[in-house]
Amino acid sequence: MQVSMTVNGQQRTDEVEPRTLLAHHLRDNLGLTATNIGCDSTSCGACTVIVDGLTVKSCTVLALQAEGAEVTTLEGLAGPDGELHPVQAAFRAEHGLQCGFCTSGMVMAAVGVLADNPNPTDREVREGLEGNLCRCTGYHNIVRAVLTAAESGPAAGRVPTSKQEVSA
Amino acid sequence: MSILGTRVVRTEDPLFLTRGAVYTDDLTDPRLAGALHATFVRSTVAHGTVTEVDASAAREAPGVVAVYTAEDLGDLQPVPPPLPFLDAGFSRPWLVPVGGRVHFVGDLLAVVLTEERYQGEDAAEMVVVDIDPLPAVVGTAAAATDETVLFPAVGTNKVAAFGEPAPEDFFADCEVVVTRAIANQRVAAAPLETRAASAAWGEDGRVTIWCTNQGAQQAQGQIAGWLGLDPTLVHLVTPDVGGGFGAKIGADQEYAFVAWLAQQAGRPVRWTESRSENMTGMLQGRAQDQVITIGGDRDGTVKAYSLVVNQDCGAYPRIGTVLPTLTMLMAAAVYDIPKVHAQATCYATNGTSIGAYRGAGRPEATAAAERAMDLFAAEIGMDPADVRRKNFIAPFTEPFTTASGATYDSGDYAAALDRVLEAAGYADLRAEQARRRERGDVRQLGIGVSAYVEITGADSGHGTSENAQLEVHPDGTATVLTGTSPHGQGHATTWAMLASEQLGIPVEKITVLHGDTDRIPDGGGTMGSRSLQQGGAAVHQAAVELVEVARKRAAELLEANPDDLEVDLANAGLSVKGTPGTGITWAQLAADEQLIVQTTFTAAAPTFPFGAHVAVVETDVESGKAVVTRLITVDDAGTIINPLLAEGQRHGGIAQGVGQALLEEILYDDDGNPQTSTFADYPFVSATELPSFELVEMATPTPMNPLGAKGIGEAGTIGSTPAVQSAVVDSVAHLGVRHVDMPATSMRVWRAIREAQKGSTN
Repeated sequence: MQVSMTVNGQQRTDEVEPRTLLAHHLRDNLGLTATNIGCDSTSCGACTVIVDGLTVKSCTVLALQAEGAEVTTLEGLAGPDGELHPVQAAFRAEHGLQCGFCTSGMVMAAVGVLADNPNPTDREVREGLEGNLCRCTGYHNIVRAVLTAAESGPAAGRVPTSKQEVSA
Repeated sequence: MSILGTRVVRTEDPLFLTRGAVYTDDLTDPRLAGALHATFVRSTVAHGTVTEVDASAAREAPGVVAVYTAEDLGDLQPVPPPLPFLDAGFSRPWLVPVGGRVHFVGDLLAVVLTEERYQGEDAAEMVVVDIDPLPAVVGTAAAATDETVLFPAVGTNKVAAFGEPAPEDFFADCEVVVTRAIANQRVAAAPLETRAASAAWGEDGRVTIWCTNQGAQQAQGQIAGWLGLDPTLVHLVTPDVGGGFGAKIGADQEYAFVAWLAQQAGRPVRWTESRSENMTGMLQGRAQDQVITIGGDRDGTVKAYSLVVNQDCGAYPRIGTVLPTLTMLMAAAVYDIPKVHAQATCYATNGTSIGAYRGAGRPEATAAAERAMDLFAAEIGMDPADVRRKNFIAPFTEPFTTASGATYDSGDYAAALDRVLEAAGYADLRAEQARRRERGDVRQLGIGVSAYVEITGADSGHGTSENAQLEVHPDGTATVLTGTSPHGQGHATTWAMLASEQLGIPVEKITVLHGDTDRIPDGGGTMGSRSLQQGGAAVHQAAVELVEVARKRAAELLEANPDDLEVDLANAGLSVKGTPGTGITWAQLAADEQLIVQTTFTAAAPTFPFGAHVAVVETDVESGKAVVTRLITVDDAGTIINPLLAEGQRHGGIAQGVGQALLEEILYDDDGNPQTSTFADYPFVSATELPSFELVEMATPTPMNPLGAKGIGEAGTIGSTPAVQSAVVDSVAHLGVRHVDMPATSMRVWRAIREAQKGSTN
């Protein structure tokens, strides 16, 4: 079947099997491999992307369900000039990533957390990221990165290509 | 100013944060164009005789190019256990044939090659398998009886035994003796990236294998051996690797299988396992049943300690079989105990094979010793911190050999404990605990103290050596080739810092390459917290040697005395002493002749990082639920090169320790069926179950390498696991509880309280 969506600001129309997961569509058909798949039970969040302003686990959405939607992946987060998004910059500054496998989903989820709550506490960040697993960092520096990103203001909860408000 | 010891952010991160790292499943290498997808058919029965494998329907399924069963393997020979002293009867077939036995849920029965990924799952479902079940052997106690023997050709489930029983009078001179059976449970390493491999054969008869692994060179040798290939025909590449934690040490049979399949099919082949496949197929960790016995006097002096280990090796014994020898070596831990006894027996069971997991043998030693100290302290009514202090090895700067035979390089365990207790506010915590106990609060406070020492940079198959190549290019940039294998540790940054320190070339201009056996034929990989102290030291040595090569070259070019030249950090080159900016740059030195050094660093011996942790928990005594509220740690890893990254290693280690202490366990039912084979079932520690950590600094340099660095990758886990377990026990100790096995779940804690209230001392 044919599916059309806007991905990182670009209109895409592709032929997919009806059962194709959005995660596989992004990775295998569109070549956007920053979105990772770490489990098969909607538990790890490595595949988190933003669809029409909502953070979703793309392994649990069919590509067809994103028909007409606006999708943002990690690749679409930095500014057009390559300037890092406040959450990306904070992850680097605070060493919020090690092996990097959870990072894409974690960064996208963090944007959603900050969209809903621009000034979260340590505990609120942890609750907000509960659906995203990381084996390397012990979450300590991820939480710090999100708190640091929050200091940069409302931009930390927005995505550049989205006209819609983001929410976790 | 030296760059060493500063918080340099990672050079890896800009790409990781914008287009993502490139893991094995992400590869778009042209050699993999048109690759087939491999999907394995695995046993759903833990132990049984295969009576049928019918692939005829699967062969007709859409997109199927081939289906292989045991009949289609040609001359592939079963893979022998990876340790030469193990009985060849424990060999693992590539695919279990009809008439053969499956030995765990996940054992391989067939493999399907399809054009598309989804077609593989469809076709694999259509392979008809019939297995006559045999009684399953779950755990070491069942294995030891030999009532059911996994490998009839071997005749026993006993895989190996190390050490002798303790003499009968071992504890005869002790006023108090406490003994207890404890569990160091089976856990999943669970790197976020599951196993994956791709393979493509070239027209030159060589195969390139990309796989997610902690040591390309070791994996290359293993795969070549299993396939009967000359190792030079195998080009093994480890792209970005999404975590390992020990479970990606050594090649897995599936990786070699992918290469064999690509050869058979005449097309490249890719394989990426699902998480549920990973949770039965990937090496797991720990899985020791222990009996600890500790004896001493009522003044707190420990006089004798015994540790008896039963190691569950899983179905096909692998590296986990020898990890108990590390547990035995480290049995004495941080204590100056006159008599220490340790022995271990290893058993095959119908579970997933056991390998290394963060700490690999040493956390088991520390957990045992720390539990023993707590039990002894409780028995004689002494504060656990005081018992530890009374028995510590005194501070030493010259090597010290323990009663269990390990020779430690340097340590000051009392200082580590003092620092962590002070940072924790130990006296205040005890006072708060007393108040809550007095009030009979529902939420009681528990304080756990642990002290540890571990061995890092031990020989894990590559001696205590690592090599490095450093080249400066005519454009003024430099390239480091390393035999280490980073998968999150940030070697690209730290190795560049080490080279930059000597050369003055900025970190951003230094590229670090690893994990490619054509470019780096020799290397020990990243495991056992060896990388900085051996691989980093090799980079340092290469940079020092390169400066000497350059000094001679510059002396000729400048017509100066080599002794008058020094590295001009500001000018990125060499200048005559005292006249910076006047000399010759690295770019000029490399312009006409290659400027390159290849060197090997060999450490005199392993190093022994140490530390002390305090965990604070709040336990709801009505539900048994314990929540970690604080974790304060001293982790002394000698000289720190990049504190930002070293702290990251500590954080991750601490969290995994909490995971094991409170939550995580691989469980089987009586038939050997995994009960925790997805992330929905396996309680992988999440952000909500952890506090932010309080790290306390301490650095005692080692003399074993010029950097003064010890390993930091595993220390956090080794310290935090017993601290958290101890804190949970401590939170309900006033109710009569002396011990709660890991993971200290709500149910276990609740039961322990109930049993204690019934009058039986738990």
